[in-house]
Amino acid sequence: MKSIIDLVYLVPLFPLIGFLINGLGRNYISKSLSGIIGSAAVLASFIVSVLIFNETRAEAFTATTVNLFEFINVAGLNIPFAFQVDQLSALFLLVITGVGFLIHLYSTSYMHEEASHHFARYFAYLNLFVFSMLLLVLGANYLIMFIGWEGVGLCSYLLIGYWFKNNEYGNAARKAFVMNRIGDLGFLLGLFFIIQQFGSLTYTEVFTQASGMFKGDSILVVITLLLFVGATGKSAQIPLYTWLPDAMAGPTPVSALIHAATMVTAGIYMIARSNILYTLAPATQVVVAVVGLATAILAATIAIKQNDIKKVLAYSTVSQLGYMFLGLGVGAYTGAVFHVMTHAFFKALLFLGAGSVIHAMHHEQDIRKMGGLSKKLPITHITFLLGCIAIAGIPPFSGFFSKDEILVHAFAANPVFYIIGLAGALMTAFYMFRLYAMTFKGTFRGTHEQEHHLHESPWQMTVPLVILAFLAVVAGFVGIPELFAADAHRLEHYLAPVFKLSTEAAEVHHVEHSTEYILLAVSLTLIAGSIFFALNRFSKNPETGEPEGFGKVLANKWYVDELYNNIITKPLNGLGVFFNRFVEKSGIDGIVNGVGKGVQWGGRQLRLLQSGQVGSYVLWMVIGILLLFVITIKFL
Amino acid sequence: MIALLMILVPLIGGLVSFFLKQENKAKLWSFVVSLVSLAAISYSLVTGNEAGRSFSAEWLPQLGASFALKMDGASTLLCLLSALAYPVIFASTWKSTYASPNSFYGLMLLAQAGIVGVFLAADGLLFYFFWELALIPVYFLCSKWGGEKRIAVTFKFFIYTFIGSLLMLVGLLYMYFQTADGSFAMDSLYAVKLSGDQQTWLFWLFFIAFAIKMPVFPFHTWQPDAYEQSPTAVTMVLSALMVKMGLFAVVRWLLPLFPDAAVQFDNVVIGLSVIGMVYASIVAMQQDDLKRLIAYSSIAHIGLMSAALFVNNESGLQGAIIQFFSHGVNVLGMWIVVELIERKFGTRKMSELGGLAQKAPALTILLVIVALANVALPLTNAFIGEFLMFNGLFKFNVWYAAVGGLSIILSAIYTLRMIQKVFYGNENALTANNTDISFIEKAALAVIVVAIFVMGVYPSPVFNLTKDTASFILGIFK
Repeated sequence: MKSIIDLVYLVPLFPLIGFLINGLGRNYISKSLSGIIGSAAVLASFIVSVLIFNETRAEAFTATTVNLFEFINVAGLNIPFAFQVDQLSALFLLVITGVGFLIHLYSTSYMHEEASHHFARYFAYLNLFVFSMLLLVLGANYLIMFIGWEGVGLCSYLLIGYWFKNNEYGNAARKAFVMNRIGDLGFLLGLFFIIQQFGSLTYTEVFTQASGMFKGDSILVVITLLLFVGATGKSAQIPLYTWLPDAMAGPTPVSALIHAATMVTAGIYMIARSNILYTLAPATQVVVAVVGLATAILAATIAIKQNDIKKVLAYSTVSQLGYMFLGLGVGAYTGAVFHVMTHAFFKALLFLGAGSVIHAMHHEQDIRKMGGLSKKLPITHITFLLGCIAIAGIPPFSGFFSKDEILVHAFAANPVFYIIGLAGALMTAFYMFRLYAMTFKGTFRGTHEQEHHLHESPWQMTVPLVILAFLAVVAGFVGIPELFAADAHRLEHYLAPVFKLSTEAAEVHHVEHSTEYILLAVSLTLIAGSIFFALNRFSKNPETGEPEGFGKVLANKWYVDELYNNIITKPLNGLGVFFNRFVEKSGIDGIVNGVGKGVQWGGRQLRLLQSGQVGSYVLWMVIGILLLFVITIKFL
Repeated sequence: MIALLMILVPLIGGLVSFFLKQENKAKLWSFVVSLVSLAAISYSLVTGNEAGRSFSAEWLPQLGASFALKMDGASTLLCLLSALAYPVIFASTWKSTYASPNSFYGLMLLAQAGIVGVFLAADGLLFYFFWELALIPVYFLCSKWGGEKRIAVTFKFFIYTFIGSLLMLVGLLYMYFQTADGSFAMDSLYAVKLSGDQQTWLFWLFFIAFAIKMPVFPFHTWQPDAYEQSPTAVTMVLSALMVKMGLFAVVRWLLPLFPDAAVQFDNVVIGLSVIGMVYASIVAMQQDDLKRLIAYSSIAHIGLMSAALFVNNESGLQGAIIQFFSHGVNVLGMWIVVELIERKFGTRKMSELGGLAQKAPALTILLVIVALANVALPLTNAFIGEFLMFNGLFKFNVWYAAVGGLSIILSAIYTLRMIQKVFYGNENALTANNTDISFIEKAALAVIVVAIFVMGVYPSPVFNLTKDTASFILGIFK
């Protein structure tokens, strides 16, 4: 019996076809057609994904592997090109193709100023990205995941540098690719350890074997740490996070899709997929939690002092990804995946909203020059506000449920995690409402020219905003905690088979309901206070000057870029100059001398062999014959 | 028959070419000859005919040398590479003009005969004969049609490789005198029993010859100069095909002849290779001349292959052999782009170029794909080889893989820098009058791009081809 699961290859195939049509035909097809092709390809994937998702909800469903063809089968290592359909991949398929489609639709209008062949190029890249991302989540083994993993990095590079005439953008694109590659090396080494340990890269094989190992086995710690290095690159965590804010050089819909909703969550997907490995490596879990938490706080502090609407959202993304890693680190796998989903909705919404603002403001991104936009952009305003409430974590908006789930687990693991996490949440509420107030409240601070042209965006842009706003509001209801209603956490129930091995292996920390109520009351009060403070302050007195004192340090991102430049880029460059100017030049002499010595040494050996063996006459005769051959050839 | 044909077609074709004084005739003739080679090996691969993969005829019976050829998996792959490379080289340099074209094309084809002969020879003396036969036409090609500094550079190149060849000859003759039946036949040479000391010094005699050819750090300094000064068509032959002579010779001769020494000195060879990978990558980051950039990039890639040949496991060996082919294809693609740029703008300096993407989108797209293969992105051919080689290196020693892995990062740095400097950014006075590439140039690059993806997505057929070579080598070490 053929089920829709067997047709799973259609999901990545549609965007691949879209990529090929738009890429090869970019000079021949009209803008409207390439927009339709690009969007329709992802819509088709979405429809198949919905059908697959429905299958996976059945109680009797078990994870299914679909083999496509033999990829690498060498040295006892068999890596088929195969997809795995289970609850986790099905959920990611929905988010990627669903949000992906909305962003494609939005782009058809947002990118309308582009010349038609660039327009087609844009959609080709976007489709290629969706294709790679789908490979990443569908792969049945780590190598297919790695193909998608590097593929999305490539598309990110291409799209950040989409306006290739601008060298700054080109630099940002290269930075993103190279920092991702640093992580990828870690990932790759992790794969080699997996091969060595388990003799396979196939998930089912690896996880089954791993579940029989001791908790804390050092090889598992090494593997998980190396894979996590990969995750810090892709998901922008300390120390490899600095590329993501620069990645805002790309078109805004790209920031929404790649640098907020999907690609940057690849690291979370990878760890959630490998959950059993992490559960059995508690040392790594601590590292993941601490790095996630530190990133969440660091990025939040920076976001407070940014004035570029996209930069605020970028640091916010880094910070929210940090929360997801905190969740993974304390074993709240469902919570982390839940937050991936809700974050995809509200962060895509916020970015698209920002795009709508930028569009209306004629490419102005500085919030100091905005203000009072709520009247001119009513839909953008309302949806953006809903997004802000969702990310701030006000019930019953979606961000509340997912963030709360992570924080409760963090509390259970270590109350200090909770306190720091809560501090970050307060900052989140603060900078988001600072952003909101500076943009939409108060009076307009831009030029008359800009004010004259202010307009709400066309339907292709507002419809995605409305849909995403709806999702950002209601998506939390799939994960209602035990606290409010028994057995209402449908997401947890749905994902349970994916995390089964971990659930069996982990010790359960339980938090009393009474404690949970207290935590909730405290956090909500503080967050509400933070929101009111920010709204009040920035509606009336927007920050329009240059920051001073400590604010300057934050505005300059703690000078981390400068630090990296001084401790890595410059020394590496200096080493290159030294090698190129000195070693290569004088190295030549050294080698020539070395060859001279080698000849002398060869001569000595020659003497030995003459005296010892057959006799020099024969030897020289043969050499003579050979020389004759060579000469003959020359004069042929 | 196919083995013999692979040598005879370019040999005879090359000799005929000397008599075709008109440029167009010589060019067209050579192109057709190169296509005949390609057709012959394609036919043989498609029909899967095993007969004719070996050939033997009497040659110099007095010396115990015979004209013996053997076409195993690795040779087949390299013959295919040569047969594929030549038409692409001729097509992409179609618009280049050369003084005395008859000799130029004749020598090019003679070089092909020599190179293919090296890949096929199953007799020690014949191997040496082809090794030199390949060198001599290339020597003339560089010194007659090269750049300003060609004489000095070619001389250095010649001295380097000739010294290597002499060392090898000494070793070969010594081996010959040790054979039971006084023969140069490969199997007789394989059968020679050597003491540990003998293996040691013979190993180094051969290794240095091969290491210079590849080249392995620190024997590499002739290469950037030679690549820079040669006409690009010759550079293509040098880097896509001739460096494979050294690598292939390790597989066919060095490892089977001196397995004990290979194990004894594995750390030295692999250590040098890994150092070379990182070192060459760092130097590549400093280059302004595209040819030198690609030369250093190529040295880094060759370093990985030479390391992987000595790790003594199947993953490393298979990866290296498949990479012989992939590297040839990719570096050829890079050279084609350089050739097109130099012909159009008269410079190869990245600092003088910029903004090419605006008026030459087709060239840019094709270059970006080749460049991505150069950084071994998954689903390109180079990823398959690099993944297996790093896995093999990792099995040998984790730290070699970790340190060598730095070249993965560094290659992204210098490759993307090159793309940005040459193709992105704004146009300048020099590049403002740019136009896109012609049909035949697109076609030549398209062949490369197709090869990149076909092998990157579906490498199984190649593994089936190279399995026998890898298992033979591993059998020796068991």
